[in-house]
Amino acid sequence: MTEPSEKKTVLSVKNLTQRFDDNIVFEDVSFDVYQGEVLVIVGGSGCGKSTLLKIMIGLQKPYAGQVLYQGTDITRASDEALNEYRKNIGVLFQSGALFSSMSIKENIALPLQEYTDLDADTIDRVIRMKLGMVNLAGYENHNPSELSGGMKKRAGIARAMALDPRVLFLDELSAGLDPITAVELDDLIIKTNEALGTTMVIVTHELESIYKIAHRVLMLDKEARGMIAEGRPLELKENATDPRVRSFFLRQLPENQDEQRFYAD
Amino acid sequence: MTTPRNIDGQDGYQVSFQKENESLLISLKGEFGLKNLTAFTREIRQAVSGHAIPTLTIDFSQVKYLDSAAALAFVQMEQEAASRKTNCHLANLSEEARGIFSVIHPDVLTRRPFKPEHTGEGVVQQIGQASLSIGRDFVNFITFIGDLLSALAYTVTHPATLRGKDVLFYVQRAGVDGLPIVILIGALMGLIMAFMSYLQFKQFGANIYVPTLVSFAMIKELGPIMTAILVAGRSGSAFAAEIGTMQVNEEVDALETMGFDPVRFLAVPKVLAAVIVVPILTVYADVSGILGGLIIGVTTLDLTFKTYISQSIKTIQVFDVVTSLIKAAVFAGLISAIGCQRGFQVRAGAQDVGKFTTSAVVAAIFLIVLTDSIFAVMLYYVKRYSVFA
Ligand SMILES: Nc1ncnc2c1ncn2[C@@H]1O[C@H](COP(=O)(O)OP(=O)(O)OP(=O)(O)O)[C@@H](O)[C@H]1O
Ligand SMILES: [Mg+2]
Repeated sequence: MTEPSEKKTVLSVKNLTQRFDDNIVFEDVSFDVYQGEVLVIVGGSGCGKSTLLKIMIGLQKPYAGQVLYQGTDITRASDEALNEYRKNIGVLFQSGALFSSMSIKENIALPLQEYTDLDADTIDRVIRMKLGMVNLAGYENHNPSELSGGMKKRAGIARAMALDPRVLFLDELSAGLDPITAVELDDLIIKTNEALGTTMVIVTHELESIYKIAHRVLMLDKEARGMIAEGRPLELKENATDPRVRSFFLRQLPENQDEQRFYAD
Repeated sequence: MTTPRNIDGQDGYQVSFQKENESLLISLKGEFGLKNLTAFTREIRQAVSGHAIPTLTIDFSQVKYLDSAAALAFVQMEQEAASRKTNCHLANLSEEARGIFSVIHPDVLTRRPFKPEHTGEGVVQQIGQASLSIGRDFVNFITFIGDLLSALAYTVTHPATLRGKDVLFYVQRAGVDGLPIVILIGALMGLIMAFMSYLQFKQFGANIYVPTLVSFAMIKELGPIMTAILVAGRSGSAFAAEIGTMQVNEEVDALETMGFDPVRFLAVPKVLAAVIVVPILTVYADVSGILGGLIIGVTTLDLTFKTYISQSIKTIQVFDVVTSLIKAAVFAGLISAIGCQRGFQVRAGAQDVGKFTTSAVVAAIFLIVLTDSIFAVMLYYVKRYSVFA
């Protein structure tokens, strides 16, 4: 996978702290998101990945710290500034979050009708193109309930990509999907990133897909209440000294048959 | 296109045209995307239309930003040109621009949807479908009542399987929490009825019959009906929404796979609670109605407290009270049953929950009125041929 040529910061997270009453989720987390990169966030359950994502898309206010986009702190931005920011980002929620009362076409048309001056014909063509991009051509009149889990994810990506956002956020990319669908989704991510240059922030647990799609990995930890590692996936695998990071990256599939389970007969 | 994603740039663009005998050169400069798509396509179309141009070249060398929608528009121009036998050529595409063009597959733009778009039906078809669905609804409801009765029978024969805590919870929700509104509405109805009948009766000097009318109407009809309608609005809808949401979250499926009968697990406690609680609420409604009338009686009618009460008690017959409570229990069974049944009918999505919740209330009110008429006729004959006569 090609590296983004120059490192230009798109989003800058500075000293972020989030707590719910006495429960400190993470403290003093800082990192940058570079233009054109795929940044993967990993970490055990409950370490605050979804919380971090929610703060970065302006759905939740942090206890302290900043998220800077083009110089404005979106955690304290006015409603107008936040809306402007949201036109520049796309979000895929864990379940797809497609509106169940609308067809796939209407789901994707929604942001286009709201934020652009395109006529109905052009919107229709844009929708077909987006569905083609995620390999769902022909499904425009289906309802979300008529799609499988993987198809819902892809339709969700098509909706998130409707306005050609600068940054795409994806929570639990391959959770609940079979390995083949997960690989297809990885390919879609790579294709979109390479063809359109979209910056992506992704939460996933699939080690294989991390090696495949990530330019950079960021690891959070519940006990440490923050970031414990940051770097390229293979570098982390080879050089990490922290036992938690090592154990995450050295998870391996059984290679020889001795390690597989057999029926005792 | 040195920086393809120029975040700091503005969305300015420039299109210049250069005509050279047989060919037209269109030079693009700046940013092309969703924001200015309508504007630049119009500009280019105007320049191109009307002339027969054998060769058209669109030069991308000075494009700073391009998004997929803009690329799609250029693909469309290319196709249109081809249909006019114009030789169209997109020149000097940068690496990034090529990438963007690569995601556009011309064949998906014209592919027929797998499913036709949903369009509204004609009037005749709508009437037909509505009648069919009323029929289906009725069958569904009867089937559900069957399931419910068998679940109830099972619960009666296996009392240990009843989730008593659930029953208490719904007794509180449907009963205790609903008490204030039932009392308030009951009292207001008694008050209004007393006042309106006073306006008529005073012409004949028949004020003494106002308490008779109020207590007779409250106990025989208004008390049970009004309580039932309130419970349908408060609890019938809540039952439908609760079960419907569980249905959407696959919780009902989970129950079933764990070997529970969803009707017994979810509907029986609600129905039992309603049947226990609605007759009690009805008593409260009756009493507060009579007390509401009493306020008018004492303040406006010049009746004493004692006369009003004794006149009311003279009217009230045990038979009427008992049948009124039975009626209330039947209403309660119907309201809660239809609420649960509509909840189970939810298939997918938030919209379904809303639809069936509404339908639960409407159907419940319809059933209340229908059964009330049946009761009226039935009670007339029962009274005529029975010892109560
Ligand atoms: N709205 C909230 N109110 C209170 N606590 C919350 C809230 N949202 C999250 N938390 C807490 O914050 C912590 C992090 O939650 P979060 O959902 O971000 O975890 P996660 O890393 O996404 O986990 P998973 O991988 O299981 O999705 C948890 O301890 C959770 O209990
Ligand atoms: Mg999460």
